[in-house]
Amino acid sequence: MNLTLHVWRQKNATDKGRMETYQATDINEHMSFLEMLDVVNEDLIGKGIDPIHFDHDCREGICGMCSLVINGIPHGPERATTVCQLHMRHFKDGDEIYIEPWRAKAFPVIKDLIVDRSAFDRIIQAGGFVSVNTGGTPDANAIPISKSDADEAMDFAQCIGCGACVAACKNASAMLFVGAKIAQLAALPQGKVEAERRVKAMVAQMDKEGFGNCTNYYECEAVCPKEISVKGIAKMNREFFKSMKG
Amino acid sequence: MQLETKVPSGALAAKWDKHRFEMKLVNPANKRKYRAIIVGSGLAGASAAASMAELGYQVSCFCFQDSPRRAHSIAAQGGINAAKNYQNDGDSIWRLFYDTVKGGDFRSREANVYRLAQVSTEIIDQCVAQGVPFAREYGGTLSNRSFGGAQVSRTFYARGQTGQQLLLGAYQALARQIGLGKVKMYSRHEMLDIVLVDGVARGIITRNLVTGEVKSFAADAVVLATGGYGNVFYLSTNAKGCNVTAAYRAYKKGALFANPCYTQIHPTCIPVSGDYQSKLTLMSESLRNDGRIWVPKKKGDNRKPGDIPENERDYYLERKYPSFGNLAPRDISSRAAKEVCDEGRGVGETGRGVYLDFADAINRLGKAVIEDRYGNLFQMYERITGEDPYSVPMRIFPASHYTMGGLWVDYNLMSNIPGLHVIGEANFSDHGANRLGASALMQGLADGYFVLPYTIGDFFARTGPSGITEEHAEFKKAEEDLNNKVKQLLSIKGSKTVDHFHRELGKIMWDYCGMARNDAGLRKGLELIPKLREEFWNDVNVLGEGLEMNMSLEKAGRVADFLEFAEIMCHDALDRDESCGAHFREEHQTEEGEALRNDKDYCYVAAWEYAGEGQAPRLHKEELKFENVELATRSYK
Ligand SMILES: Cc1cc2nc3c(=O)[nH]c(=O)nc-3n(C[C@H](O)[C@H](O)[C@H](O)COP(=O)(O)OP(=O)(O)OC[C@H]3O[C@@H](n4cnc5c(N)ncnc54)[C@H](O)[C@@H]3O)c2cc1C
Ligand code: FES
Repeated sequence: MNLTLHVWRQKNATDKGRMETYQATDINEHMSFLEMLDVVNEDLIGKGIDPIHFDHDCREGICGMCSLVINGIPHGPERATTVCQLHMRHFKDGDEIYIEPWRAKAFPVIKDLIVDRSAFDRIIQAGGFVSVNTGGTPDANAIPISKSDADEAMDFAQCIGCGACVAACKNASAMLFVGAKIAQLAALPQGKVEAERRVKAMVAQMDKEGFGNCTNYYECEAVCPKEISVKGIAKMNREFFKSMKG
Repeated sequence: MQLETKVPSGALAAKWDKHRFEMKLVNPANKRKYRAIIVGSGLAGASAAASMAELGYQVSCFCFQDSPRRAHSIAAQGGINAAKNYQNDGDSIWRLFYDTVKGGDFRSREANVYRLAQVSTEIIDQCVAQGVPFAREYGGTLSNRSFGGAQVSRTFYARGQTGQQLLLGAYQALARQIGLGKVKMYSRHEMLDIVLVDGVARGIITRNLVTGEVKSFAADAVVLATGGYGNVFYLSTNAKGCNVTAAYRAYKKGALFANPCYTQIHPTCIPVSGDYQSKLTLMSESLRNDGRIWVPKKKGDNRKPGDIPENERDYYLERKYPSFGNLAPRDISSRAAKEVCDEGRGVGETGRGVYLDFADAINRLGKAVIEDRYGNLFQMYERITGEDPYSVPMRIFPASHYTMGGLWVDYNLMSNIPGLHVIGEANFSDHGANRLGASALMQGLADGYFVLPYTIGDFFARTGPSGITEEHAEFKKAEEDLNNKVKQLLSIKGSKTVDHFHRELGKIMWDYCGMARNDAGLRKGLELIPKLREEFWNDVNVLGEGLEMNMSLEKAGRVADFLEFAEIMCHDALDRDESCGAHFREEHQTEEGEALRNDKDYCYVAAWEYAGEGQAPRLHKEELKFENVELATRSYK
């Protein structure tokens, strides 16, 4: 199939940036979206045009590196799918495709489709952990954890930190990301010990980074490639009020 | 050069304890005087950085991704081994040790492997304390599953995302130390050289991948936790960024590269579909717990799998290895798949594939159970192939996956260069000629949480703070060398892309140094690689500039190193004139086609030394002595 791509090009953080149009020819339906871009890039390099820069690494939907807005939707049209796992069989000959970076104040563009997501790291650094040092921990089976608690923790722990939730939200809220970590650790006895401190610190950092507030549009859940539930946000709010009451 | 393994004397089970007692300690108040650089933030790097910072050392940690949480360890699916014996099925430290030595086809160092099995149990405790949500039984205890090469259930897992959960545990421990100001984290920084001062590793040179700035970092010791080099084959299950550069640059500065030809080809990956393919996706080995592998008995049988009756199917692993069946080790399963495809019985469009069928398990256990165990893997398969594995068997084929070879290290995980430590997949230490499933995560975390933090202290205590800074002439010189290399790559302006060369190299390596090797093929490889390398340096086209984000330039540097490194792999495979584990020399096989080891002549670690531009590398041998296990022919029948 042949496609027309409209791609955001921006040389660096200070460049204004603009959309450019390229043709993608002879695209095979088994290719992944990123493989399609590889093919386009090989072609651009041949013509002496700087290849389109985009983040990617694992290409199997787990590292959270890939981050493209395709036709207005973070990670593109397929539910529960990162761009690296999106295959071209979901497009058809002659399609026009718009490709843009995550857009959020807290995620400034570095180049083309690549943004700086270090704000997420700083939120985890503020409190997204259990404060245990290496060594001297009790036997792993010492504290039984019910299967349903472990499963709930795992449902939230699956977050890959890609930032699609922020990109989809009109307020650029990071609450699904933050809520997922809080909900994971709140479901486990190991995480309960410092639950109050955690939620306060993470929420404070989130605000400081310039993420917006949740106004219940739930676009985040709809685009999350790991289908993290907005229940995480409710859980976070509950934990937060609990911590305020002291 | 004499290779000193520093393995302590005494009984195997007492060695690590004794060694810990004999190692020098750094007084807690003095720890902050020591600076350590840790390159890599995967399981090995993140766990080491966090643990060392907790102890009080000054730590700087580097990774090339945008966040330490994205290191390739994140992609591990199936699980992590530990000798907990929670299932009461006869597991023990000794059994895990034995299985690992045997699985590695008796080409690993006993003392290291025993220590790995010993500390394995603490790893699980540590991870649970961090909030890693391992799978659990209804009674609240931890679940286990089986993995290849073992007859006990000792693999802990978190759905199909074990690596992700373990890495996030280590990442969070690291994040805590970053937040406390104890670790300085440098993301999107690529280490491109290592700096020695008076023969001791004292720092690194990096390129900031956002600005292109080249910069020096000095320290008292350097730790490489930079992962494996499976991408030398271009197509592999590794992430696109995985590379050999850090290890290779250390090699060029004098570190020995051990057993480079031991590369693991994983039996269960989604087959290649076309030339544009950029990577291969693993389907976790855990699937072999419930999936049955088969091909049609008849050649060229292209009926739909469901139309082929039971008696016309060949469940070849169950047939050839009745006691391990579908759980035969990886090297054996991969070769068996290649064999049936070479016979013309492969399935799918290309004929390079075999079925992994869940029909029986779904009938026996119900779809819900299978979904609970493997749901995300089934989803992943469907997304990539467009086929539903609940109703049609998966098609799988072997792919490059893991590298047992790596920089040579002693019992302290230090290379032959004083101060340069190597942990995780980047070293050669524990897996011999073949790694068992669920043992890499174990090794990465063992090295990072429980071994290196002790042994590096001994190095510090013996050598004292160096006081060396980035102003030292060696740093200036290394920076200049790197700047020149960048200029050179950008000035070629040839006609072919970097990926073109990488793909060509991959083909050469897969054909001549892949799943099966022989003398003539390896010599052919040694002829083709230098030619391709020359073409690269004359005709590669790297656009853009040095002082900006430039992904073609990043790739070009990595591919340039692969183009040199590939040759050492071939030299090693040629020198090892025996078959062992994943290294299969066609000249040496039994009548049934199994690997034929030669313990008399090849029971050694091959450690290669850089001998200068265009020179064949020099071989050093570490003889392997087995005092506790008997060298046996591996049998999984
Ligand atoms: C798809 C897949 C599934 C797997 N499943 C399992 C499993 O179920 N069980 C199991 O035990 N093992 C599994 N493995 C193997 C295991 O995941 C790896 O061996 C292990 O995670 C490697 O960890 P590491 O810390 O050594 O390296 P990595 O996690 O690869 O980390 C390397 C780090 O080094 C950094 N780095 C590299 N080079 C440079 C440089 N030049 N400059 C700066 N930074 C650099 C990277 O940024 C990264 O942070 C799997 C592997 C793959 C590919
Ligand atoms: S590239 Fe890793 S999630 Fe897409």
